[in-house]
Amino acid sequence: MVQVTLWGGLVPLAGGQKTLDVEASSIRELFRKLEERYPSLSGPLKTEVAVAVNGTIYRDDWSISLPKDAEIYLMRRLAGG
Amino acid sequence: MSFDASYQEKSLKSVGTRPLRPDGVDKVTGRARYGADFNMPGQLIAKVLRSPHAHAKIKSINTEKAEALKGVKAVVSASDLPDLTNGNSDLYDILDNCMARQKALYDGHAVAAVAAVDEATAREALKLIEVDYDVLAHVTDVDAAMAADAPILNDLVFTTGIEPTPTAPSNVTNRSEYGHGDIEAGFAAADEIVERSYKTGQTHQGYIEPHACVANCNPDGTADLWVCTQGHFVYRQNCADLLGLEVSKLRVTSSEIGGGFGGKTHVWTEPVALALSRKAGRPVKLIMSREEVFRASGPTSATSIDVKIGAKKDGTITAASAVLRYTCGPYAGMWAELGAMTSFACYDIENVKTIGFEVLVNRPKVAAYRAPSAPMAAFAVESAIDELADKLSLNALDMRIKNAASEGSKSSYGPVYGPIGIGPTLEASKAHAHMNAPLGENQGRGMACGFWFNFGGQTCTNININADGTATLAVGTVDVGGSRASLSLIAAEELGVNYSDIKAIIADTSSLGYNDMTDGSRGTFSSSMATVSAARNAIAVMKERAALMWDIPQEDVYWEDGHAKAAGSKYGNLAPLSVKEIAEASGNTGGPIAGHSELVADGAGVSFATHICDVEVDPEIGTTRILRYTVIQDAGKAVHPDYVEGQYQGGAAQGIGWALNEEYIYGEDGRLQNPGFLDYRIPVCSDLPMIDTQILEIPNPNHPYGVRGVGETSIVPPLAAVANAVSNAVGVRMSQVPMSPPRILEALLSKAQN
Repeated sequence: MVQVTLWGGLVPLAGGQKTLDVEASSIRELFRKLEERYPSLSGPLKTEVAVAVNGTIYRDDWSISLPKDAEIYLMRRLAGG
Repeated sequence: MSFDASYQEKSLKSVGTRPLRPDGVDKVTGRARYGADFNMPGQLIAKVLRSPHAHAKIKSINTEKAEALKGVKAVVSASDLPDLTNGNSDLYDILDNCMARQKALYDGHAVAAVAAVDEATAREALKLIEVDYDVLAHVTDVDAAMAADAPILNDLVFTTGIEPTPTAPSNVTNRSEYGHGDIEAGFAAADEIVERSYKTGQTHQGYIEPHACVANCNPDGTADLWVCTQGHFVYRQNCADLLGLEVSKLRVTSSEIGGGFGGKTHVWTEPVALALSRKAGRPVKLIMSREEVFRASGPTSATSIDVKIGAKKDGTITAASAVLRYTCGPYAGMWAELGAMTSFACYDIENVKTIGFEVLVNRPKVAAYRAPSAPMAAFAVESAIDELADKLSLNALDMRIKNAASEGSKSSYGPVYGPIGIGPTLEASKAHAHMNAPLGENQGRGMACGFWFNFGGQTCTNININADGTATLAVGTVDVGGSRASLSLIAAEELGVNYSDIKAIIADTSSLGYNDMTDGSRGTFSSSMATVSAARNAIAVMKERAALMWDIPQEDVYWEDGHAKAAGSKYGNLAPLSVKEIAEASGNTGGPIAGHSELVADGAGVSFATHICDVEVDPEIGTTRILRYTVIQDAGKAVHPDYVEGQYQGGAAQGIGWALNEEYIYGEDGRLQNPGFLDYRIPVCSDLPMIDTQILEIPNPNHPYGVRGVGETSIVPPLAAVANAVSNAVGVRMSQVPMSPPRILEALLSKAQN
């Protein structure tokens, strides 16, 4: 079980919850379970979300494992120049 | 990703040296081919008709006279680019921006385009196109656009991020909020509070090379695009989506690039060139003029920002808040949100809150500009930090050090930081001789910090080991700042060969798997990771070939110093085999030798910088001269230090221009008044001193050589560093950039009157 914090823009799509407990060992599994629980998150998870695991931001590599005691934060996928 | 990207410390022979860049000779002799340098037999010349109105309904477009003109081969308007975006609003905005559909939304918005046998005929044809406009009220100022009585750009925009969703349309597309703690309690605990509003002008990336392309659509459904871009794979996808082409049938080749800085990250005119070629049945060349680049490509946001920061007498910040309003042009963006995320990212603050508002205005569609949105936020926050330190009679640098974020700090944008480099850059600036150098009359010193995220992305790379032992490295990230040199160094280091034996090229979209564009400071970070992986795969092949040549088991072969070596005493008489020897024999050991890599380069790590600036202000005419400028930034590992320093200096130079001179100026009619480098003045070499740099090397744990992105962060601190320096020189807090001579004179006059 990992605890996931959502950035503010996702909160209304997750039943108003800012933090969620999810049984997931990788980003891919986390996304799948979040989609199952909150179908409204499906769109943003595909294109708008990056995942910070202990402060390191992952935008594309969904195979990253999620340690149980890690801080996991769903944040806005970023633009760059 | 099976490749182990973790950092491994080792002694280096090539990485960290400063050889000549492989593209240097072509560039200094004028042989390098940029976007406009490509030609095809029978090509037509395209020109674009642009709206003279800031906001107008397009009632009708009559192209009959233009089409009848001798030499005109095709005319297109929105009807030739049907909506194939399938509900993708971002893509629809790009389509509408390429060619206006129902409304022209800014001065310069494309409404039609012509392809003709020569430029004169194309220009003549543009005059024959009749557009019937219904001119509408417009708004270009960010604060005015948020007013209740502002002209509405899009009746379908209802601000998101607000509960409940408003029932009336507005120009605010989204409200975002970041932060943690209790800011009211934090401000109540403060001994001193600074509160001020700031504004920044809209600036352009100012890349020297205008957008240019040659498009060719064939009758069999295949197409080619030669184009100046930061990401030819992204352009391929954009164009295929917008024109209904099959991705595999559209081959995009990137030219050399005369600057992009975020402005060449999505298409502007390329789908129009392809549509013209498809209609005319001939190749079409389309080059934007400098005026068109200013009016109709993607500048950065203009902003209006309110900042409030409170601190204890000892300098500890107890609370900080900011409200950030960023223009997006006429289409939704996330520019203010990026400002809200980055505003206070340098600091460890217990109570912090930022709110961002994305604002539609009748200006060109905003594009990324080097650490997009962070410089404006940093300008406001770092100015307020200086002002607060002054109020508390504290040294501004010491106050920053006291409040600097570190490993374990909760960032203002949410996650807790891992190991980060803001502290070392501040400590380095404190120790730097610049900080204590004497200043003269009318001179001032300022400093500021900056933050940017950096990221990686999808990356695909090939290394071909040639029969003579040299290697061709094919990468898919466009070289915007010397990456071919850096990637050659990485390949040389891995293979154990000389830098001069590596030839790096940027492959076209049909030659490699998909690559994300060169943005987010990712070019060298990502492609070097893929190059390491590809080189190691090539080495694995070469070890197999050496085993065959020696007729020994593969597991008895190891790689060291660019040679295959046989392990163990039983092979003592076998001389090591070099890359060249293995390559020469490749025809009889299994054929060509190559290494390939496809990966997602993630874990780029966030980036910090600290800048120090000295200025001299002429109190009579209000001009500012930069006397000395120092950039201190963590590179993780500088693969080719010249190009790391170049990125630091380039970002600083652009930021200095933003701080002192650059600004889009709109008239009452909503038309851009200064679409050219004479009236929109970017700094040139004679305006600037040699910008000093200090590279810190704190290895990134998520890269085999510890590399971090370095391309963007250097533009974040300059607005604030220059503003703090000017404010100290004139004794007035400067809260608006650019700090042009009239604004400085106004400030001095205000000071004298008070």
